[in-house]
Amino acid sequence: MRALDRKLLRDLRRLWAQSLAIALVLGCGVMVLVLATATERSLTLTRDTYYDRARFAEVFATATRAPRSLLPEIARIPGVAQVEARVAMDVVLDMPGLARPAQARVLSLPEDGAPVLNRPTLRQGRMPTPGSTDDVAISENFGLANGLHPGDSFSAILNGQKRQLRVTGLMLSPEFIYLIGPGMLMPDDRHYGIIWMNEAPAAAAAGLTGAFDDVSLRLTRGASEPAVIAALDRLLAPYGGTGAHGRDRQVSDMFLRSEMDGLNAMALILPPIFLIVSAFLVNMVLSRLIGLERPIVGLLKAMGYSGREIAWHYLKLSIGIGVLGVLIGWIAGWWLGAGLTRLYTEFYRFPYLIYAPGSTSFAISGLMGMATVVLGALRAVRASARLHPAVAMSPPAPPLFRRGLLDRVAQMLRLRQTTMMILRSITRWPRRAAVTSLGVAAAISVLVACFFTFDSIAAVIDEAFTRTNRQNVTLQLTHDAPTSVIEAAAHLPGVMRVEGAYSLPVRLIHGPQSELTSVEARGADDMLTRVLDASGGAAPLPPEGIVLPESLAAKLDVRAGDSLRMALLVPPRETLEIRVSALMRQSLGETAHLSAPALFRLMRVAPQVNRLNLLVDTPALPALYAAVKDAPAIEGAQFWADIRQKFDETLNRNLTTSVTVYAILGILITVGVIYNAARIQLSERSYELASLRVLGFTRAEVGYVLVGELMLLTLLAIPPGLLGGYAFSALVAQGFTTDIVRIPLVISRRTYALAALIAVAAALAAALMVRRRLDRVSLATALKKRD
Amino acid sequence: MTGKVVFRAEEVTKTYQTGAAPVRALRGVSLELYEGELVVLLGASGSGKSTLLNILGALDSPTSGRVTFREHELTGMDDDALTAFRRDHVGFVFQFYNLVPSLTARENVALVTEIARNPMRPEEALDRVGLGARLDHFPAELSGGEQQRVAIARAIAKRPEVLLCDEPTGALDSQTGVTVLEALYEVNRDLGTVTALITHNAAIRQMAHRVIRVADGRIVAIEENPAPLPPTGIVW
Repeated sequence: MRALDRKLLRDLRRLWAQSLAIALVLGCGVMVLVLATATERSLTLTRDTYYDRARFAEVFATATRAPRSLLPEIARIPGVAQVEARVAMDVVLDMPGLARPAQARVLSLPEDGAPVLNRPTLRQGRMPTPGSTDDVAISENFGLANGLHPGDSFSAILNGQKRQLRVTGLMLSPEFIYLIGPGMLMPDDRHYGIIWMNEAPAAAAAGLTGAFDDVSLRLTRGASEPAVIAALDRLLAPYGGTGAHGRDRQVSDMFLRSEMDGLNAMALILPPIFLIVSAFLVNMVLSRLIGLERPIVGLLKAMGYSGREIAWHYLKLSIGIGVLGVLIGWIAGWWLGAGLTRLYTEFYRFPYLIYAPGSTSFAISGLMGMATVVLGALRAVRASARLHPAVAMSPPAPPLFRRGLLDRVAQMLRLRQTTMMILRSITRWPRRAAVTSLGVAAAISVLVACFFTFDSIAAVIDEAFTRTNRQNVTLQLTHDAPTSVIEAAAHLPGVMRVEGAYSLPVRLIHGPQSELTSVEARGADDMLTRVLDASGGAAPLPPEGIVLPESLAAKLDVRAGDSLRMALLVPPRETLEIRVSALMRQSLGETAHLSAPALFRLMRVAPQVNRLNLLVDTPALPALYAAVKDAPAIEGAQFWADIRQKFDETLNRNLTTSVTVYAILGILITVGVIYNAARIQLSERSYELASLRVLGFTRAEVGYVLVGELMLLTLLAIPPGLLGGYAFSALVAQGFTTDIVRIPLVISRRTYALAALIAVAAALAAALMVRRRLDRVSLATALKKRD
Repeated sequence: MTGKVVFRAEEVTKTYQTGAAPVRALRGVSLELYEGELVVLLGASGSGKSTLLNILGALDSPTSGRVTFREHELTGMDDDALTAFRRDHVGFVFQFYNLVPSLTARENVALVTEIARNPMRPEEALDRVGLGARLDHFPAELSGGEQQRVAIARAIAKRPEVLLCDEPTGALDSQTGVTVLEALYEVNRDLGTVTALITHNAAIRQMAHRVIRVADGRIVAIEENPAPLPPTGIVW
């Protein structure tokens, strides 16, 4: 090994703590990049493989009742490869041991065996015996959560009749990778599942013998999905078609996609901060090292080493740090990626999992990591190459201090000389002070943006559970009913207030834009459910016109006051011209709102309801549960307190982990910056500080000069850090907003305070760590050594 | 002594623009150094000795005038050429040794032998200055005299044609100083290396072939010494 390389290795060993601090920050950036891309790639690969093998459909549609004779016509639509029709219905279940009624979606299985499309995977037991009326297969997690195994039985209300069903097997389906019940926010395996049964009993129960109400299509390669959807809509319209859609509105696929979008956003937003900070750190440390080694640089030049050789020597040092950081990031990213992918299987049900991080994410992150350290080193390295040998070997001139405004102010304030040393050091080396301060500011920004996610989730919860939905039970009715059911529902156990609502599928059209969505019609005086104006306050429902969520309005390119066309997907199936009366804030989902009188006037039908919102006295809930389980007119029920509890449980479970991880990321940056700044100060000023000790200053007083400057820079970092945090949070909110949930940009004071506090504490710890070295500096040696 | 001319400086000036007033370190110096000779430069602090030595060694460039090394004109060479010149022809010894603290004696010498065209082995160079037994010691483990001898070994290991020494004994006591001078004397005698040696110590002039006195950026006198003494014969 060349002598110069030997020096390099020994330099790295001597600077190990500083190098490691930089490598860890760099490693974080690399790790996040690998983690996000590896997980995203694995999930995509797993999903695509599963979709392909299980022949997951591409177009989906529902109708009220379509004859089977329509199927050949559907199959003849240009671009359709395969058609699968079935019976689907929502049912309420009475599960042994569950107080609250569970719900399920019943799907029919073709009599001739397994479905052609959306083929379920059998995980336990067998498929229902052909011809059997009571055999069912159920979704695996619903079975596991309720302790149901092949051979067990449970009861369900099918078409008003309570039926005993026998479990033959547990299954997974590509349609329900993310299985979430209507109106729920999180999967609830105990209370929601899928039931597959033979077609004859299912059709009989749904009153659909010889007919179907659910159809899935697989398309030929190159087929136009919108054209197929339009043709299918035309065919199904006479039979109560509610609007066909592609995978983009398939609930399970939507959730999966939004998760992947989130991972992509994470890979784009977080790493740059870490990489930029590492570049600054490399620059800081290398500049100082080269500063300290000026005589050696001069000597090497005197010996005949060229500027390029010397630059390369110092560049290799930063490359060494880069290699370490990239390796740390790779290993952590690979390991955490596997863990995160496994964690996803808790929420996303795949029959198998392919963890394939792929070499691309490693290659890209490695290149970015190395580019970061090289860029960071470039300035310092170039300076080393340009250093003139004669100048390099003469001792550096003492730094030039000037008296300025600061000094006059300080004099007026009668500051102590040690404080003056701190202030002069900052004003004398403003670039270095700025780098230190901005590094800490970056850490604070990362912390704000990480903790902000909790604020935004809290805001979404507050909006969903407190401001808009103040009922504690919502009941879905099997069929549209006259408003007299509101009166009847008031007699259910514990009911204090009832409000009816009517929800219907529509297609909203504005110019070339068209969106499939649902409209909810409510009374003007309703108090339980409310709409929010753009600022989040409750707003009355205008008597005329449609109210759109901001995001939906943006997709349709309409503003309040504009007109759009609304195609009703239920009878009378007309397309109406309607004015957008207002825009509303809605974080979860995209539902349009309309006043009930206005809607029914437009539809020219008597007012009706298909959903009831109830305010129920909590002690009476068990009695209400029992009533719901036996009520054939109810196809589903949402119990808001339970939804919230499930939401909070999941959140709290992840909260501690997340806070810890995020805090570690922020602490790493702060420590990396402050530790390096402190070590540089110490090496540069040990002579000066030792002189103070000789003059009779105590250790604490001398430590104050070192720690005081760093803490002052940390405090100065707080305002830009919080500001950066706000901007960074806006990016995160934008990056993580999907069709399912819009992340509001809400940052609490607590988040700001916590971020600043963590950074200050980490900075103090790092500075004190270095201060301890000050105690070990031998006064005699420090005074003799002048570098 | 009138061998072939190795260095020729003609009307060399050097002005530093530091601070408010320009500092004129050299005010027109003309000088020739011949093959195989050992010259001593004497002069007070700030007289311009070091500047002259730095310019001869291509560590610094003159403001005006010409410097030639054999047939090659140094003034006007670009940085790469000057680097190559230092690498191939010049060895430096400094007052404060300038060893790389993280490298051992052998490795400090290897720093030079790795890039030189026809070097001796580091061990041989160290042997020549009497440090054959301390090859693997770090600078911090060596005495001042030993460190300076490592620096000399490092300077001669490339078999330079010129050895430029800036106060090599300045930081040493007299006894140690003698051993260091001894090493330089032997290198000059055995290898015929042109050696220029800056010193404050007038006694050292006794080992030189010529003594050049410098004052106020000018050469004020050049004395020939017909009978140079070995360092052991010098008393100070």
